[in-house]
Amino acid sequence: MSVRHALLAFLSEGPKYGLQLRQEFEKSTGDVWPLNVGQVYTTLQRLERDELIESDDRGEEAGPQKVFRITEAGRKELDTWLNTPPDTIEPPRDELVIKVLAALHVPGVSVHDVIQVHRRYLVELMQQWTRLKEDEAESDMPFALVVDAELFRLDSVVRWLDTAEGRLKRAVLEAPSAKPGPIIRRRLVARR
Amino acid sequence: MSYLELRRVSKSYGAGATEVHALSEVDFAVERGSFVAVMGPSGSGKSTLLTIAGSLEEPTSGEVVINGDALSSMSRNDKARLRRRTVGYVFQDFNLLAGLTAAENVSLPLELDGLSAKKAHLAAMTALEELGLADRATHYPDELSGGERQRVAIARAIVGDRFLLLADEPSGALDSSNGEAVMRMILAACRRGVAAVVVTHDAQLASWADRVVFIRDGWIVDQTVPPPTPESLVADLPEPSPRQ
Repeated sequence: MSVRHALLAFLSEGPKYGLQLRQEFEKSTGDVWPLNVGQVYTTLQRLERDELIESDDRGEEAGPQKVFRITEAGRKELDTWLNTPPDTIEPPRDELVIKVLAALHVPGVSVHDVIQVHRRYLVELMQQWTRLKEDEAESDMPFALVVDAELFRLDSVVRWLDTAEGRLKRAVLEAPSAKPGPIIRRRLVARR
Repeated sequence: MSYLELRRVSKSYGAGATEVHALSEVDFAVERGSFVAVMGPSGSGKSTLLTIAGSLEEPTSGEVVINGDALSSMSRNDKARLRRRTVGYVFQDFNLLAGLTAAENVSLPLELDGLSAKKAHLAAMTALEELGLADRATHYPDELSGGERQRVAIARAIVGDRFLLLADEPSGALDSSNGEAVMRMILAACRRGVAAVVVTHDAQLASWADRVVFIRDGWIVDQTVPPPTPESLVADLPEPSPRQ
């Protein structure tokens, strides 16, 4: 989560105080991401230094009385950020993927049991998020969006575990292949 | 006491070399007011578990007990009555009768059970109202959206005094917001005292349940523990990244 760009987004609505920005940030994320005051003012100072925002009095330290407004350069930066895809081209080194890959090599360990342990944990986590949605989300749009995002993220991991388990079961029936992996795989490995 | 109980239930199809074990010594219980999801991949036995729980199929061995009555000790007629009066089914493809309106689809099982047409209609309207479908009562299934059809199917499953709701991928053909609406309805029925079993391969749907049971190759391999309070989840969240 880019606090810097979130603050620019709030300032694009009009001039605001630092404390007001903190409240709006927390409200907009359904109070799921708390933000401390120090982090707000440090970020505002950097934004001002980079001339993406300006304040009434450039001489004062960032504080509760100071009103901040977005500059033209800030609007351009915000627009570029909103429309730039996050860096998702390279797969991250996912710890769960590594655990499952490692489990394939450990004698006496069933990779299916390892997969199930993680699947159960993820579904329990999803149950907790769904309870939050059941209780509160209908009346709180930002919170509902955050909860949905988390549920879809966890769901994608469960789907990967399901797919991995199916692939492992089928692999038992098939002879191991000596062919090298496809070019894209070798390139990804080489880039690391 | 559990409202639905499966005791060491096994189910096999075929014989000899072609014998397939769909369920193996399954122990499974659902209380009234409780919502249980059974999660597993295709071919894991989850739909077989549901049809046996609803007395649509006989187990090869083991016992099914509904509201204290063992199905094996019931006559064919008693089982048919149990299915009409006690058990509601919801399927992925809704299974509504095309020539009947929404209200008629919901009241049909009550009329089949001997209730007068007037009383059955009143009960159907009450069920449709509870699910926000009163204004669709006179519409035929092909005049309803997919989400509305499934809500009618849920109304049919819980109308009257049905206290066991069995659903097989009830939102499989729906988009995620309609799927969520269906799960909210099933949950609401449970809060009124219905015992519900939903089988699904979808973790997001399963996460609406109080308990999720995992089935693999006919065996129940695991289940979730009751979740802690929602507050603890938010309290444990990490601070946002200071990355700029």
